[in-house]
Amino acid sequence: MRAELDAAYSGRTLAARAATAASCVAVAIAMVPLLAILLYVAQRGLGALSWSFFTRLPNPVGESGGGMANAIVGTLELVGLASLMGIPVGIAAGLFLAEYRTTMLTRVVRFSADVLAGVPSIIVGVVVYATVVVRMQHFSTLAGALALAVLMLPLVARTTDELARTVPDSLREAALALGASRWRIAIHVVLRTAGPGIRAGCMLAVARVCGETAPLLFTAFNNRFWNESLGDPTSSLQVQIFTYTMSPYDDWHAQAWAAALVLVAIVVVLNLAARRVLRGPKAA
Amino acid sequence: MIPPRSTPPPSLPPPGVEKMRAEGLSAWFGQKRALKDITLPLVEHKVTAVIGPSGCGKSTFIRCLNRMHEVVPGARSEGQVLLDGASIFGREVDPVRVRRRVGMVFQKPNPFPAMSVRDNVLAGLRLSGITPPDPNRLAEEVLRQAALWDDVKDALDLPGGALSGGQQQRLCIARCLALEPEVVLMDEPCSSLDPVATAKIEDLIHELRERYTIVIVTHSMQQAARVSDYTAFFYVGELVEYDEADVIFTKPSDPRTEDYITGRFG
Repeated sequence: MRAELDAAYSGRTLAARAATAASCVAVAIAMVPLLAILLYVAQRGLGALSWSFFTRLPNPVGESGGGMANAIVGTLELVGLASLMGIPVGIAAGLFLAEYRTTMLTRVVRFSADVLAGVPSIIVGVVVYATVVVRMQHFSTLAGALALAVLMLPLVARTTDELARTVPDSLREAALALGASRWRIAIHVVLRTAGPGIRAGCMLAVARVCGETAPLLFTAFNNRFWNESLGDPTSSLQVQIFTYTMSPYDDWHAQAWAAALVLVAIVVVLNLAARRVLRGPKAA
Repeated sequence: MIPPRSTPPPSLPPPGVEKMRAEGLSAWFGQKRALKDITLPLVEHKVTAVIGPSGCGKSTFIRCLNRMHEVVPGARSEGQVLLDGASIFGREVDPVRVRRRVGMVFQKPNPFPAMSVRDNVLAGLRLSGITPPDPNRLAEEVLRQAALWDDVKDALDLPGGALSGGQQQRLCIARCLALEPEVVLMDEPCSSLDPVATAKIEDLIHELRERYTIVIVTHSMQQAARVSDYTAFFYVGELVEYDEADVIFTKPSDPRTEDYITGRFG
């Protein structure tokens, strides 16, 4: 008996070690593409980065030099506007999903959000083109931001939904017994309790649309100059990378790498911020 | 199997003012009937204990008293509950108002973890959209009432979940008292607490009786005997016996009550 137990135990120890080793190998493999991308982009991009890259407009074709100041601002504008539209609506929709779990409408909305999350981003771009750009008869920053907002919406809604459902019902009961109405409970208890996670989810959605190019191609389009209003087309790092990479000029290729580096840096910073936010108040 | 009674048990006319009264109250969860035709008075400034074995409907009963029963999907009730003589089930009655007058403390302490101790105390007001004129004074006053002030006066900004279990439960009592309810319902408030914390809550109940009408559900008969003025014994959804606590615990008139309090079942 004793010997059998010992044998079984050493077998299990062996299996546990093998599993740990396999996990470590898997982690290492997963890290390779990430590090490769970061290092390669840094290596190619750093050389082309200069002060004028951040401060100047693109030079005309054939002239070397120039920068992407308008594209950097354009990306921030597009993502900022998209967040203003997508995050509040997404959080409200997510709270609705979590707080009214059993209605028919909830199932319909949740299913729609899941489908929308799976729609290729270029299709969102085409739809915004057909419904907004064609009607306004010109490309615009607003249309680009709208396309990004549509992409953010299901991500924010489903994250909020999932996190709001982890808030224990005992807290909802407590608030209900204190004479609170449903919407106040949703905002003051559910949103506040799930707050750190939802904030982090929003950050990740922002980071995700930072990299979206396809829906911008025929909504925000591109602009060699500063856009004068939100109704004008705008440049963005994403589209600039696409355009410059497709060009035959070495100078533009270098600038595309620099733009890629700046974009990656923006995404990394947002991700780190999201992590900080996620960890912060939980520690208390 | 104990045969159902043909007539409802007699409810003594209590000495003192009747604050609330259940009249022919029945409750269901879907098809399952949890309460059968309960008629029971609750006397003002007294502690009424509801005892009985698990699943006898005692929690369901007090949840009917502040309309918390109806928030469970599929739950419904029939009959009447009167608060100061007026029905709380009337069409024009807002359940939110009922719950402000009839507060509730739950079995498991459930302070809001994302709020500080102070914000927890004031949560009931804030959740009603009311900003108290002097929130700090109100918080202190209520925490003193809940016998928690000395424990937490230096910890008002810590999250509610940082307190011990017994302190959390007293915080929940304070949170309930901040709304100045008239009736306080307590659903097994000590069942997740150790004996020391339990004793503190029981002392507190004694003090609170002067200002509030208290209904406490417990499955500890010793606790019911210690804290209550009146005791009601529930069994499988029926009110078997209601009397002064001394009478219930010394000479109960129903054999089922006697079997339960002497520990023969339940």
